[in-house]
Amino acid sequence: MSLVNFTTREITCKIVYYGPGRSGKTTNLQYIYGRVPEGRRGRMVSLATKTDRTLFFDFLPLELGQISGFTTRFQLYTVPGQVYYNATRKLVLQGADGVVFVADSQARQLDENIESLQNLQINLLDNGMDVRDLPVVYQYNKQDLPQDLILSKRELDDALNFRQRPSFQADALSGSGVFETLKGVSELVLRRLSEVSTA
Amino acid sequence: MTTDLNPRYSFETFVLGEPNRVAYNAARSVAESPGASYNPLFIFGPTGLGKTHLLMAIGNRAQSVSEGFSVEYLTVDEFLEAYQVATAMGQADSFRNRFEGVGLLLVDDIQFLAHRRPVQGELLRLLSGFQESGQQMVLTSDTPPADIEDMDERLLRKLDGGLVVDVAPPDREMRRQILEQRAEERGADFEAEVIEAVAAFEVGNVRELLGLLNRLAAFQAVSETPVTADAARAMLDWEVPAEEAVMPIETPRAAEVEDDPFDMTPLFIDMPETDEFADFLSDVSSTVEQQIEVWRERLAASILRWQPEGYRTARLEQAMQSDEVMAPIERLVGQFEADIGRLQEMQEAMREVAPERANDIAFFDPDRVAEAEHLVQKAVRELGALPGPSEAYSPGAFVESGANRVAVTAVGATVSDPGKRYNPLVFVGGPGVGKTHLLHVVGHGLATRDNFWVACMSTQQFLDELQQAIDDDRWDAFRARFGKVDALLIDDVQLLAGRRHSQEEFFYLFNRLLEAGKQVVLTCNVSPRDIEGLDERIVSRFEGGLVAQLDSPDRDLRRAVIIKRLEDLYGAAELDLVDYLAARPASSVRGVLGLVQRVLSAADARGVDPSGRLARELIEGAIPAREDGSRSIRTSGVTSAPGVIHSQDKVIWRWPDPVERIIEELV
Repeated sequence: MSLVNFTTREITCKIVYYGPGRSGKTTNLQYIYGRVPEGRRGRMVSLATKTDRTLFFDFLPLELGQISGFTTRFQLYTVPGQVYYNATRKLVLQGADGVVFVADSQARQLDENIESLQNLQINLLDNGMDVRDLPVVYQYNKQDLPQDLILSKRELDDALNFRQRPSFQADALSGSGVFETLKGVSELVLRRLSEVSTA
Repeated sequence: MTTDLNPRYSFETFVLGEPNRVAYNAARSVAESPGASYNPLFIFGPTGLGKTHLLMAIGNRAQSVSEGFSVEYLTVDEFLEAYQVATAMGQADSFRNRFEGVGLLLVDDIQFLAHRRPVQGELLRLLSGFQESGQQMVLTSDTPPADIEDMDERLLRKLDGGLVVDVAPPDREMRRQILEQRAEERGADFEAEVIEAVAAFEVGNVRELLGLLNRLAAFQAVSETPVTADAARAMLDWEVPAEEAVMPIETPRAAEVEDDPFDMTPLFIDMPETDEFADFLSDVSSTVEQQIEVWRERLAASILRWQPEGYRTARLEQAMQSDEVMAPIERLVGQFEADIGRLQEMQEAMREVAPERANDIAFFDPDRVAEAEHLVQKAVRELGALPGPSEAYSPGAFVESGANRVAVTAVGATVSDPGKRYNPLVFVGGPGVGKTHLLHVVGHGLATRDNFWVACMSTQQFLDELQQAIDDDRWDAFRARFGKVDALLIDDVQLLAGRRHSQEEFFYLFNRLLEAGKQVVLTCNVSPRDIEGLDERIVSRFEGGLVAQLDSPDRDLRRAVIIKRLEDLYGAAELDLVDYLAARPASSVRGVLGLVQRVLSAADARGVDPSGRLARELIEGAIPAREDGSRSIRTSGVTSAPGVIHSQDKVIWRWPDPVERIIEELV
């Protein structure tokens, strides 16, 4: 997917929310959906089918309007966290311009987080993408839970964010940190404008 | 390009309180006597506290105080756009000039100038000019000047030199006044206790406060009874603070939405007043603008660089202004500048060949590079063509053997990859070993390439050309003519020995061709180092390429040459004749062919087929070793004992017209 198309004067950013099951990816999108004026958002689509597992994701298109003469669109996707939907995850990752890794802050979910992160790297590689070149931010969700149940930002950074990418604490249900995360990944993605633009 | 002043924003409609009193007083002072008190006036404070209101109030008041007084209001976006358009057109001065007649310039939201050094520099120049000429400037920002990231220090000092004032969030009294004023404007009638209750909520800015008022007004409009203070508190309790405003329908985390991805029911019963999306949008816009700005500035810089030198910059201007197809900026500008580089080369070449045509418009238009190249080629051809490889030395006639294999291999590599592998390629060998033939073979091979210009000549021809150029005083034309070839092949470069000026010119040309990646192939009768009187610089450069030795023909080569010659003439070769002739020693191919020719001539004279017997009789009979073993023949300094002729080609077998020669000598 081309991030910037100078021919049609369009900027399109595909951002994928990745992470283990129940970490709060869809909640992120629904919170954003709820905050975007009606004219700026497309219909949020959630596709799930028992028979065709490849179609199982959430999709939220955002029209940001004209920015510096470019029609700017964001496309937010989530992937199914469940292990058995790996083919779908790989499919959704295709052409991603940026990834938000939504981690569950609960201490007991750490292994799932690590497994999902490894799965992200493998799926990116399978798509010919290198996680080192891709804008990735981390969101540590469910930080509103009692402190004795969750890991701190520093602990989660140590465990997951060894490339020292931007990370955000969040409580997606209340919306805390949701837009901060989106802003963080957007900035990384947009700063690559001139590098990956196409004729 | 500019925004009209909104007449609703006046000092009269501005709610005054302690948090904004200083800013208000400064604004009034500036409005009533622009340029006289605080210049520049810088107003900062969080969004929604009335900075734009004050800015426009200054403009409205200044215009009402002095009729015809020129006021211009610009958002920083408009300021940037004006600057970009002017620089893109190469008219930065017009940007400055447009503010010459402006008495009061109001610029809103200059925090967006963060990281934009060129525009900051322009604002600094503008501000200095304003101060010198008594024109007033008022600026706003959501942060103090020093907190704007990556801001020019000189601009900061200039801003601090005026008056920097802030507007703070409204206090309770101010909130009450605002609520009363707006309620009256809306025609909403609230109890004083209700206004007081709402004013008690600490909000960050006036917009939030008005948002609360709107909710109460909407609630009252659909209620049968007026809103009471308690009801207002109850209603607003969950509205403020904002982080408590989002109330999920289902709070247990176990019931997260991933369980039912089809469920599109909004999770929240209402939106908070803080507009997170607008904030996000602003953030994204700022980032995109910064990136696009970089792109535009790069284009503008390139336009400004080349336009004053007379080059057409239409390609870049089009990229900046239209929706046409555009490549990424570095590729776009890189290609443009590469084209200009090529035009400069072409123009330089044209100056050498035909100076009067060097200012053709094609040399200043990067979209006409091909045309410029064509013009130069045409001018060079008009000077006269250089000789190419001769048809007399056809590639098919050259016979390969162990004596010349290295050289032949080098020829193959040179023809397939000229200028890259062996450059220069120097064939070294005695007379008649095939150097000249091989040189022309290279020439024929290279000439088959598209648009590849091969010059192939003897050193004597080169020297003649050079002498002609000296006589005609057309050095530049000589250099241009030779400098344009793609491959220069010169035979017998040993003839340059002792000619200092010619060597100078040859050295210049040689270097120029090699630097341009053009192929040079030379022949030489001895190793370059053994040529007396050849400049050491030239020798070392020759040896920097490949010096390929062609040895005297070995038996295999002699045999192959004889067979080829006989087959060419008779379609077949008698084996005995071939073996006999191939066994004869010969220092060159030319000598072998001379031997064959002698036998053929004799056979022709006697009316018999050429044979080994005839050859024996002819050659051995011609030198009757048994009859006169003491006599030897001295030719060209080579003394040969009978039957041991080392250099057959040096022997003069038939003296042409000896009688005429004797008469000539006697006369």
